[in-house]
Amino acid sequence: MPDPKQGTLQEAWQEGAAKANTEYVRRRITIDPITRLEGHGKIDVFLDEAGKVERAYFQVPELRGFEKFVQGRPAEDMPQITSRICGVCPTAHHMAATKALDDLYHVDPPPAAKKIRELVYNTFMTEDHALHFYFLGGPDFVVGPEAPAAERNVLGVIAKVGVDVGKKVIAMRRRLRELIALAGGKVIHPVLGLPGGVAKRVTSEAQKQFREVAGEAVDFAQFTLQLFEDVVLKNSDYVSLILSDIYTHRTYYMGMVDDSNHVNFYDGSIRVVTPEGGEWKKFRPQEYLDNIAEHVEPWSYVKFCYLKPVGWKGFTEGADSGIYSVAPLARLNVADGMATPLAQQAYAQFCSVLGGKPVHHTLANHWARVVELIYAAERMKELADDPQITDPTVRILPTQKPTEGVGVVEAPRGSLIHHYWTDDRGVIEKANLIVATQGNAARIAMSVEKAAKGLISGTNIPEGVLNKVEMAFRAYDPCHGCATHSLPGSMPLLIRVRDQSGNTLAALRRDFNGSVHRD
Amino acid sequence: MAEKPKVAFYWCASCGGCDETVVDLAEAVLDVVAAVDIVFWPVAMDFKRKDVEAMPDDAILATFVNGAIRTTEQEEMAHLLRRKSKLLLAFGSCSHLGGIPGLANLFDRESILQAVYCESPSTVNEEGVLPSVRHNDNGHSVELPGFYETVRTLGQVVDVDFYIPGCPPTARILRTALQTLLGGELPPKGTVLAPDYALCEECPRKDSKPVNLSISQFKRPQEVLIDEEKCLLTQGLLCMGPATRGGCEAPCVQGNMPCTGCCGPTSRVRDQGGKILSSLASLLESKEEGEIDQALATIPDPAGSFYRYGLPSSLLRRRKLPDSNLEPPKVR
Ligand code: SF4
Ligand code: SF4
Repeated sequence: MPDPKQGTLQEAWQEGAAKANTEYVRRRITIDPITRLEGHGKIDVFLDEAGKVERAYFQVPELRGFEKFVQGRPAEDMPQITSRICGVCPTAHHMAATKALDDLYHVDPPPAAKKIRELVYNTFMTEDHALHFYFLGGPDFVVGPEAPAAERNVLGVIAKVGVDVGKKVIAMRRRLRELIALAGGKVIHPVLGLPGGVAKRVTSEAQKQFREVAGEAVDFAQFTLQLFEDVVLKNSDYVSLILSDIYTHRTYYMGMVDDSNHVNFYDGSIRVVTPEGGEWKKFRPQEYLDNIAEHVEPWSYVKFCYLKPVGWKGFTEGADSGIYSVAPLARLNVADGMATPLAQQAYAQFCSVLGGKPVHHTLANHWARVVELIYAAERMKELADDPQITDPTVRILPTQKPTEGVGVVEAPRGSLIHHYWTDDRGVIEKANLIVATQGNAARIAMSVEKAAKGLISGTNIPEGVLNKVEMAFRAYDPCHGCATHSLPGSMPLLIRVRDQSGNTLAALRRDFNGSVHRD
Repeated sequence: MAEKPKVAFYWCASCGGCDETVVDLAEAVLDVVAAVDIVFWPVAMDFKRKDVEAMPDDAILATFVNGAIRTTEQEEMAHLLRRKSKLLLAFGSCSHLGGIPGLANLFDRESILQAVYCESPSTVNEEGVLPSVRHNDNGHSVELPGFYETVRTLGQVVDVDFYIPGCPPTARILRTALQTLLGGELPPKGTVLAPDYALCEECPRKDSKPVNLSISQFKRPQEVLIDEEKCLLTQGLLCMGPATRGGCEAPCVQGNMPCTGCCGPTSRVRDQGGKILSSLASLLESKEEGEIDQALATIPDPAGSFYRYGLPSSLLRRRKLPDSNLEPPKVR
């Protein structure tokens, strides 16, 4: 194999061009989150000569090309193949793919199958949201954004809330995951989805287990809300942090809603609201191509989503820019309410405390996630209690010729779209995937830039900046990397100030164990 | 107090599922923590790499690497960790066999970039912009890692001591592997740390598999209502059980779906696809070559089904590149 380090002509040209630029010495900062999930986020910050941040690039440095290599695979394998896009939210890809197969084969699954899917899905959402709150995003608030880095992790959370609570969290997570495995074979990369239904029915024995855990999950979710209120809402510093300008962006929002415009993770229409809060459009998943487009930048492997009719106007906010946002805050912004009683209460409080919708404060995602956690647990309970869940009819065999199919779910991190085209035998000819993180990619880029501009100046990098910049994108829980791999410590980061010939002028790093060093 | 042995984790091209398995060890991880010092390893090269480089060679007892090797960065890191570790373990299907991302070896890099950034129906990219390794944006030089034409397993890049199979490995497989490593007596180098028998041996439906099974054609899962008790092959479904290593306790079959082969072959089999092909041929009713071909033609995607997780490590390895691609630009 030829040496990969050997550059091409084009590359050599680029290199030359880059070198030619060194007379215009710009200082450069790199914040490299050490975690390398599928394409971890990397941030490059450039300073102007006055030492002010001129531009910050949020990059996703990995590409695996699923859209291409699924060509030629049988459509029914898509739920299991695409789950390998992400081992943290495999259930979301699995379910979006399964729904795309229903559409592809023009088959409507029996009621029990739909309920089993939604039950498994809400079990997954409960687990994933809880994980984020306690292990990933939560430490910033529960332990405190200014706390020493070494304490800002799940162990710090446990120290603050007590070992018993810590144990409760770990046990809850494990039991929820066991249920996913019970219904789906495996918890990481489940196997239940088929066009027209699910592979396995829920026995009354399994239903019993679901009911038991669901009941506890509802209590657990309410407990989590109480914790959020006590620790965050009663602390005016935290509240003003949430409301502060560096974490605020006025963009469009997108999320899935049911017929009554309530948040729904599994099924419904896609609704978009304007930065002012009015409905921009509500459309069926099959109409996504008329409304969503992706923009390519040469400095990132991730594509940036925007509203097609509004257009790509660069990384700017406001009603003229097509940039929109997805994930918990966006879902609450597009909905008129929650479908379950306790979640509705929490939703109403969320709206009134934050001064009405739409809420533009990125950090409010953490609160929105807790509201959704309550909904997911309540919905899980409703479905587990439903006598129809044990109906043995869980499949309808497709009889029509496969053609084209779209499947959409709300992943923990936002609207997730799978779209397949097949030949008559149901073999994939083309696939289009829009993953949740892409919906937030542009807004994350803006958030990071705004935070960097507000906090970094010259070679003097205050320690707190590591966490503040990080908080800006951790609030979105970007699936591409970062947060999820920092278990159980804080996210290791590097900020480097250097000129373009690569000379380091100053550096500050935080290790995995949370200790901070100046090099 | 004597220093505890160091253990490290590192990830290359992976989905993160293998790391979730480590988290899923839950309480069991505590026993491990008591015995070793986990240099848990979400390392970016930039600075941790320096620390690793500063370590004496062989300073780490065991490093677990998940994910396939796709970028220059991953390859360099694999070499470095090899030097610093007494034992290097390939952890999970991607690292062990190439994994599902290894299916990209059915295509070349250029067509992948085209599909994602130009042909995708939702992408608006009239100028055909592609991400590039070094991009100059208004005087800012921004870099991305480049990626190779071919996905490789860890063992194709560096010397590997042991393999832990599965996509992802089950918590039980991981636990047992850790016990083996800490137990003192190490198995021979190159061992896959899981039982060395076919999945069928431990399958809960084993007894329903008739001795003289004979099938005339294969069915796809959406074409039949799958019986929850009967052997899946008997029902005409393509189950990779006969050609796949056991140890996972057949969770997919317990989910009422066929095994897709994530644990790879047993030690007696060089090529998992070759093995399943011969197993299937022997199960077919007809022994006429033409009829066998006809029956096998009912499997829509033999390459992708037989080598779902193991294309890069198989005898096929990758689809042959057209001549114009023989000396492709290695990095974009
Ligand atoms: S082996 Fe499977 S679980 Fe592990 S990284 Fe690869 S795709 Fe993910
Ligand atoms: S049953 Fe097969 S595909 Fe499923 S986990 Fe076991 S080896 Fe992997």
